[in-house]
Amino acid sequence: MFVLVFIAASGSFKYIMIGQITDSMLGHLQVHKRGYVASIDSLPLTLNLSAKAEGKLEKAMKTIPEIEAFSPRVKFGGMFSNFVETTNIRVNGVYPEKEIATVPLFLSRIKQGEKTIKKGEILIPELLANGLKVKAGDTVVVIATNRDGSVNGKQFVVGGIIESVTGPGGRDGYMHIEDAMEVLRLEEMEISEVAVRLKDFSKLNAVSNRLDEMMSKELNKKGQPVFDVRTWEKLSPFYNVARMIDVMTFFIKLMLIAIVLVSIMNVMIMAVFERIREIGTISAIGTKPKKILSLFLIEGFSLGVFGAVVGNILAIVIVFLINLVKITFNFGRQSGLVLSPSLNTGDILLISAIVIVVSVVAALQPAFKASKMEPVEALRHI
Amino acid sequence: MSLVNAKNLTKIYRMGEIEVEALKSVSFGIEAASFISFIGPSGSGKTTLLNLIGCLDKPTSGTLKVADISTSDLTRKEAAVFRGKNLGFIFQDFNLIPVLTVYENVEYPLLMVQNVPAEERKSRVISLLKTVGMIDQKNKFPDQISGGQKQRVAVARALVTNPRLVLADEPTANLDSKTAFMVIDIMRQMKEEFGVTFIFSTHDPKIVSEVEAVYTLQDGMLIGRSPEEGGRHV
Repeated sequence: MFVLVFIAASGSFKYIMIGQITDSMLGHLQVHKRGYVASIDSLPLTLNLSAKAEGKLEKAMKTIPEIEAFSPRVKFGGMFSNFVETTNIRVNGVYPEKEIATVPLFLSRIKQGEKTIKKGEILIPELLANGLKVKAGDTVVVIATNRDGSVNGKQFVVGGIIESVTGPGGRDGYMHIEDAMEVLRLEEMEISEVAVRLKDFSKLNAVSNRLDEMMSKELNKKGQPVFDVRTWEKLSPFYNVARMIDVMTFFIKLMLIAIVLVSIMNVMIMAVFERIREIGTISAIGTKPKKILSLFLIEGFSLGVFGAVVGNILAIVIVFLINLVKITFNFGRQSGLVLSPSLNTGDILLISAIVIVVSVVAALQPAFKASKMEPVEALRHI
Repeated sequence: MSLVNAKNLTKIYRMGEIEVEALKSVSFGIEAASFISFIGPSGSGKTTLLNLIGCLDKPTSGTLKVADISTSDLTRKEAAVFRGKNLGFIFQDFNLIPVLTVYENVEYPLLMVQNVPAEERKSRVISLLKTVGMIDQKNKFPDQISGGQKQRVAVARALVTNPRLVLADEPTANLDSKTAFMVIDIMRQMKEEFGVTFIFSTHDPKIVSEVEAVYTLQDGMLIGRSPEEGGRHV
């Protein structure tokens, strides 16, 4: 019961956490030009995908039915000024509809202003808004170094203040992709990354592998693959936290095995000890040693089945109650996230199988001892 | 022809460096369909002898044949099979299985030892429970019936497999006189009806007065038989 409840609760926590990361900013997977991710801190304009390459990618993605949405992004680093003070900013140029479809929690991050990105407007991170004392409706300037080394700037109206997913120190702002092209003086569309959302998160690795296989056929002049497909796991340090939960769950299962083994073995040892005379009697009247062995193994098996059934029922009831009570927790800048544990059939069957198998194994030694008892010795037992 | 034949039967128990000679070169023959008893004081070797005849233990030396089978040659599994087919046991403390009903206790050997089909099991169990007068208590558990009733159930269990030989170790020790006579009477009826040989180990003069022959043991030795071979016990 405890293992199932832990798996359900920790699983819910893990998937909410992953959802916060993928649905707020990252997407389920991303595609870049090969080499971009290694230099992502500097947001290199020289490693953007050309319009032609992006077109090939879009065409390939449209053949994968598991892909729900994708959002091309132009990313660049620049300076942000309120005409009094200046600081640096990381800008994401996006198509608003595509961005919202790909990362549905994007709009919930907008704390001030309208929940959209209009041309001529910029969503600025909370850090910059507080630091430069800027609010929605204010006019600001964004200046960026273009690929040819020249510098360009453009005025924007602050459309809203956006929370950072990575914490208050985030410097990511958002503008319309066409505005970004204008700031960077791009004559043709160039894309820094494409974020992708899947219909079914459980198919992440399968879709990632398929897309990677398709795009790996696109080679540059040096004969190297153009595209780099990565799942969110390879893009976010929070993957380690998710893995920690998986490791903890594994060790909890190991503990379960140990507890069941010791408990059942203890019960069976006592069962044999308390029934020594009975064992002597049934042996005396002709019960074969193998039959005695099987009697105690069946007893261990029955204990395991009973324990598994009762444990499953209790786990289902507790998970139901947890969902009823609506326990909330905070993660990152998100508060009031509701824990919604659920049990899947696979986990129930696996845990039940572990309990039953370990119960039989635990009953082996006492069962062997019972079957090997000499009836004359057992009958003398008081 | 003897159902049980012992020649120079010896059993020595070794407890560390101490050796206890529980039986010293005992020889006897018991015919089929007999109703006989071994008597003697505590420590005379009665229970040891019954354990040897019952294939629950093996002699240290000598030969012992039960139903023409040399019991010392049997493996544990073969001894269990032999007991299941040929022997019945009645214990001083009844030794009924507490979690089984009266019916299930009597049914146990047919189900778990001889694998008898359900219909036949039912008819044999019901018949024996009627014979021992326990049919009305068939759904009760051992802790719900008296000592005498428990022993009657034990008699039924011992006979349900149609054994050739029933070994009863102090079967009336925990019973009052009236119940003891009732149980002995039932066993004699079983002997008359089924031709089963009964061998008792007992101090109880009530049994001694009912048997056909009495073998007397003392300090592990067979010191007498009453009546003498060919004679009649009075």
